Amino acid sequence: MERKIILENIEIEGIRSLEVYRENGGYKSIEKALKTMTPDEVVNEVKTSGLRGRGGAGFPTGMKWSFIDKKSGNPRYLVCNADESEPGTFKDRYLLQHIPHRLIEGMICAAYALGANTAYIYVRGEFKTIIGILNEALKETYKAGLLGKNIHGSGYDLDIYVHTGAGAYICGEETALLESLEGKRGNPRLKPPFPAIKGLYGCPTVVNNVETLANIGWIVNNGGETYSKIGIGRSTGTKLISACGNINNPGVYEIELGLPVEEFIYSDKYCGGVKGGKELKAVIPGGSSVPILPKNLMLKTAEGQPRLMSYESLSEGGFITGSMLGSGGFIVYDEDACIVRNTYNFSRFYHHESCGQCSPCREGTSWMESVLYRIENGEGKMKDIDLLVSIASKIEGNTICPLGDAAAWPVGAAIRHFRSEFEFHIQNPEIVKNIKHGKLPLTPKGE
Amino acid sequence: MSEKLFKHKLYVKKNSDVSFTPETLEKIQTIISHYPEGRQKSALIPILHIAQEEFGGSLNVDIMDYVAGLLNITPIEVYEVATFYSQFYIDPVGKYVIEVCQTGPCAICGGEDIMHYLEEKLQIKVGETTEDKLFSLKGVECLGACGSAPVMQVNTEFHEFLDIKKIDEIIAKLRSESEFKKPEELTWKERLS
Amino acid sequence: MFKVTIDNKSIEVEPGTTILQAARMIGGDVVPPAMCYHSELKDSGGKCRTCMVKVAQGSVADPRPMPKLVASCRTEVMDGMVVQNITSPEVVDARKAVVEFLLLNHPLDCPVCDQAGECDLQNLSYEHGTNTSRFEEEKRTYEKIDIGNLIQFHPNRCILCYRCVYAANQLTDNRVHGILYRGEKSEISTFIHQAIENDFSGNMIDVCPVGALTDKTFRFKNRVWFLKPMDAHRECTKCSGKATLWYRGEEVYRVTGRKDKYGEVHDFICNECRFEKKNSSDWVIEGPRKIESYSVINQNHYKNVVIPSVINPIKETME
Repeated sequence: MERKIILENIEIEGIRSLEVYRENGGYKSIEKALKTMTPDEVVNEVKTSGLRGRGGAGFPTGMKWSFIDKKSGNPRYLVCNADESEPGTFKDRYLLQHIPHRLIEGMICAAYALGANTAYIYVRGEFKTIIGILNEALKETYKAGLLGKNIHGSGYDLDIYVHTGAGAYICGEETALLESLEGKRGNPRLKPPFPAIKGLYGCPTVVNNVETLANIGWIVNNGGETYSKIGIGRSTGTKLISACGNINNPGVYEIELGLPVEEFIYSDKYCGGVKGGKELKAVIPGGSSVPILPKNLMLKTAEGQPRLMSYESLSEGGFITGSMLGSGGFIVYDEDACIVRNTYNFSRFYHHESCGQCSPCREGTSWMESVLYRIENGEGKMKDIDLLVSIASKIEGNTICPLGDAAAWPVGAAIRHFRSEFEFHIQNPEIVKNIKHGKLPLTPKGE
Repeated sequence: MSEKLFKHKLYVKKNSDVSFTPETLEKIQTIISHYPEGRQKSALIPILHIAQEEFGGSLNVDIMDYVAGLLNITPIEVYEVATFYSQFYIDPVGKYVIEVCQTGPCAICGGEDIMHYLEEKLQIKVGETTEDKLFSLKGVECLGACGSAPVMQVNTEFHEFLDIKKIDEIIAKLRSESEFKKPEELTWKERLS
Repeated sequence: MFKVTIDNKSIEVEPGTTILQAARMIGGDVVPPAMCYHSELKDSGGKCRTCMVKVAQGSVADPRPMPKLVASCRTEVMDGMVVQNITSPEVVDARKAVVEFLLLNHPLDCPVCDQAGECDLQNLSYEHGTNTSRFEEEKRTYEKIDIGNLIQFHPNRCILCYRCVYAANQLTDNRVHGILYRGEKSEISTFIHQAIENDFSGNMIDVCPVGALTDKTFRFKNRVWFLKPMDAHRECTKCSGKATLWYRGEEVYRVTGRKDKYGEVHDFICNECRFEKKNSSDWVIEGPRKIESYSVINQNHYKNVVIPSVINPIKETME
């Protein structure tokens, strides 16, 4: 079933501008929320909707909002996390580039619900074009009286500012983002206290992903109940999926949660099948941090049920036979992709992006990269495979923030499902050494 | 692979004259005003971006000390931040910084070939700058445009769906752009001709 | 008052007390080791991950266990909390892993390191480390940098505990060094050529858990275990004046703050007391300082050190 919430009207020319956006029903929710609803009512609608954080963790948004400390007497802040850097994920960039007002509308409702008078959009520094688009959009919004003092005569004031990052994946972690917003190094904070109690400048703060906030306007307009009926089970609503890798139609798709994975990969409406008519080998369904799954486990669960695009279905089987929906970065690998090289690549990424604050992540990510580099270059030993599993297990769960887990999971999963490929690399150093770069079949067929 | 002996490099303050134009200073005051009073340090990253752009593409000690002064924070606070974020360059770079995404999704779509081609074409290795100081080549991690892989950015301008032909075009265009000197850069002879 | 149970030993503590502080009140084996936490330095802790413990029961109100191990130095106790330190195999395992991580790039140059004998990492690896290394790669090394005439800086030995940064921030008025770069490449540095010079910079030596920051005036002069520590004080306008003098014979080899059994100094001293007052006549001697720590500083007490079943052999034999 076609269902558009976030990307609705995206095909309309000029929808990036406030004028066209409003002509097509934009910003109606502001009037409704600010004039007819109390902040708590907005929170309750979001709770009812079952909306879950779209940044990766999938934490219920309404619940996150209800944790915000309203008694502290300190100002409260809303921060939008637009530091999209998870490899395989580019949905927020797409959304902001084409329909930035969807975010701003959602942010006004959200800030009102939280009682925040200042909100920041933390955009990764590389998105220079996006920063320009957002600033332009904000300017229009201020001009129309939808931001600033006494919005719509409601007595509610709100300022939204764009803040620029400068190239650090770790700043996608909410407390690292707050540190960065305070002008410091992006070192994640120890939790508790959570941002809802002590966030930006020590004040109660909610950090939400772009896509999460982009849903809020619709929920206010149509009610949480209506939203909760879209999707499947506890995975309510729609989700933006960034599809990339070896497929015919890479791009951003809004799907209703519950869509079968098989349909998503092979339907011409979505990925359009594997490029060049090749066989599907594996998929990382939720951004580079989540476990990779081989074709058979991607299309069907271990129990033989069709795998669906939902929080629950994708994680069915735990990490033994399942994965996660994560941020919706859907990376497809064809039969020729080298899993070892890919795992090395991601481990280099996490090594590069570790903030270096806590020892398991700082030392462990670098160690894993070194060992994988050896294997990938035909210098590995058989015991290295178990060494990698051991290092990964020692990082996992022992770090300040989830980057340690994110670095460990891909390594663990690749070895779990594609161990023979690692062994092949180690047993055939001559073949491996003679491969220059790029993609070449390294796997024994029939894997 | 990273080399293991890290250059524990110390930099030198040259005491050269660094200052923003009045227009830029005004822009900076606006940025500072986005944050609560006493929280002006929040403006550090945005200001470093501006400084890097205005003072030749990289940050040196004098620039950073100047920024520290503007925000009323200590210089080390600026050094700590500037060295943390990968978009800030401490060592001089070429006029065009080419940053090729080398992370997974780009890599499986030919990102590695793009990098090798650029190395050959520019006759430099990753991390180096051409002799004419026109191009610096860098490998960066995910640029968040995996759907249009392989991608690279040249001074934060994105180039997507890259192939060898596109690279040739981009480099040729940048080369020709750089040949047009600004009037004040021309010698009087050039001006006459 | 909150009741907390650590490794089956209970104690009542004030709300706001951390698990580590509560454990230190109980004392003995229930105390987790800590490399980056320092009770006098605000915001320190949480980074090295050596003090992680298992919270088997959150509180009376919410008895669920915590899903992950927590850093005891930064986790506050709740009423009815039940904590496992060495009684949890998971904790022992994780601690071993952390020691392995910390030692990956740490040079094994104890024989030429001035910190040897009073090094927290040495003690930690003695207790929790293994004899062999699985790390085949080359260790990370840095070029040396000079930070002045008083403090010797060995970047290779740094374990990035951040203590010296907090000390410089909180004890001195102008911090000129910090953590630069990111991830594995993070390092302590001044970034530009300059000495770290202020009245209290010497405290960075005392808070450093390893041999990254050592007393330049004491460099290679003597082994700490040959020295006899004496508590002493003097009238000082800048600091508490409470110090420990380290003697060999009649000669004062160095002056430090007074470290407690967890290696923490509570009365910070100024550089004048530390570096310039090296005559007995400058001080009022209080008496010998009891080294309570189970560090290898008490080298004369090595006895039966290899008893695999005993978790803390040195300590056992010392007592």
